[in-house]
Amino acid sequence: MNLIFSIVVVLLLILVPLIGVGVLGLTSLFSIYIPYLAFSIFFFGLIYRIIDWARSPQPFKIPTTCGQQKSLPWIKHSRLESPASSWEVYLRMFFEVFLFRSLFRNLRADFDGKRLIYGSAKWLWLGAILFHVSFLIILLRHLRFFVYPVPEWIKILDFVDSFFQIGLPPIYLTDLLILAGLTFLFLRRLIDPKVNYLTHASDYFPLLLIIGIATTGVLMRLFFKPDIYAIKELAHGLATFNPTLPKGKISLLFYIHFFLVCTLAAYFPFSKLVHMVGVFFSPTRNMANDNRMRRHVNPWDYPVKYTTYCEWQEKFRDVMEEAGIPIDEDWCKEAQKQA
Amino acid sequence: MYNTGKVIVGIIVFIIFFTIPFWLNLGKVKALPKPELPKDETKCVEDTDYMRAYHMQLLHEWRTRKIRKMQVYYMNHEGKLYIMSLQRTCMKCHTSKEKFCDRCHQVVVTHPDCWRCHIAPEEVKK
Repeated sequence: MNLIFSIVVVLLLILVPLIGVGVLGLTSLFSIYIPYLAFSIFFFGLIYRIIDWARSPQPFKIPTTCGQQKSLPWIKHSRLESPASSWEVYLRMFFEVFLFRSLFRNLRADFDGKRLIYGSAKWLWLGAILFHVSFLIILLRHLRFFVYPVPEWIKILDFVDSFFQIGLPPIYLTDLLILAGLTFLFLRRLIDPKVNYLTHASDYFPLLLIIGIATTGVLMRLFFKPDIYAIKELAHGLATFNPTLPKGKISLLFYIHFFLVCTLAAYFPFSKLVHMVGVFFSPTRNMANDNRMRRHVNPWDYPVKYTTYCEWQEKFRDVMEEAGIPIDEDWCKEAQKQA
Repeated sequence: MYNTGKVIVGIIVFIIFFTIPFWLNLGKVKALPKPELPKDETKCVEDTDYMRAYHMQLLHEWRTRKIRKMQVYYMNHEGKLYIMSLQRTCMKCHTSKEKFCDRCHQVVVTHPDCWRCHIAPEEVKK
């Protein structure tokens, strides 16, 4: 049901530019206004998310650790697994963000007869890293459409990515890798019954959306070639805030690709995709395990109104004297002085 | 807001990263260079839209047919015959590699390897 819903939504999204550009001819709407709108939603939405999270108080210090914390000098401290200083936290975050270190430790539980056993499960890590790294390289490679003159490093990236020169124009390696990664991530949700049970439409939809974007991109590269000079004119105009509609005819496939990208950008701040920002705000990752060295004060704490012994003594002095309970005069004076 | 300093640095990095195209374009040329079209000829081998998008496939096909199948002539959709030759057919009208081929290829970044074997008209003159 979730899957069918997502497929239907993606198909409808493909239909939008087909009708909008193909039938109604709203070229400027789909090549200028919608992209600008979508990317403003992306920017302001994500900045709102960042500020919203940064304003949330962190009541407890809860880093997840799986190593020896900093202790006596003769006990070996595991710096990455239980960081004690900010520097060690940065290092741990770096490996988390760029190499998905915690995912690398992914385990699978299974029964060996009646015995519960755990085994390493690296496939998810591999699929995730294939997808994310390829996506980053593809994103950077697309700068060739937005920038003129194109910097040397983008040319080199483009050349290396099409290094094996298979096909004409040569197919990009990252195109193949991202499709492989996406296919794995998608099939995992379909085939594994446990993961399938946990999968909502909000998991299928972004996957299918990105699969749609990658597929239309590859189709344009290899089979139904658009006039890329015209596309560059459009993209360069958008990037320099001087948008113009190119004179050359741009194919409908490009508009589908572009509209799906805009949808992804606009959907980003409201979806699970904000883990791009959220990873930096995970309290289990971004806090140092220094509970015993530094006191973490709960920001929720407010000044509590309480009565000291001396105030209490002052209140009941008469009754206490009557009953013959000793009055602590000197100690209270000293306490007042100190306070 | 907690950790204000770090969060602001994060926001700035985020904004700069996703506006790279704007920064790289800043202070650079506004207009993209246009390829110089031949003055006395208005029709290419196939129609313009097709040539713009698929010229590399056409040239690839020409190479295969000429070198591997020993064919000489290419018939276009209107039934007109052309000799399959980059230097003698294409470059007869598009007389300059620099002013025609390179202008687009440098704008959109492609890595054609025609000129590893072929000689550009400019270099013939030298």
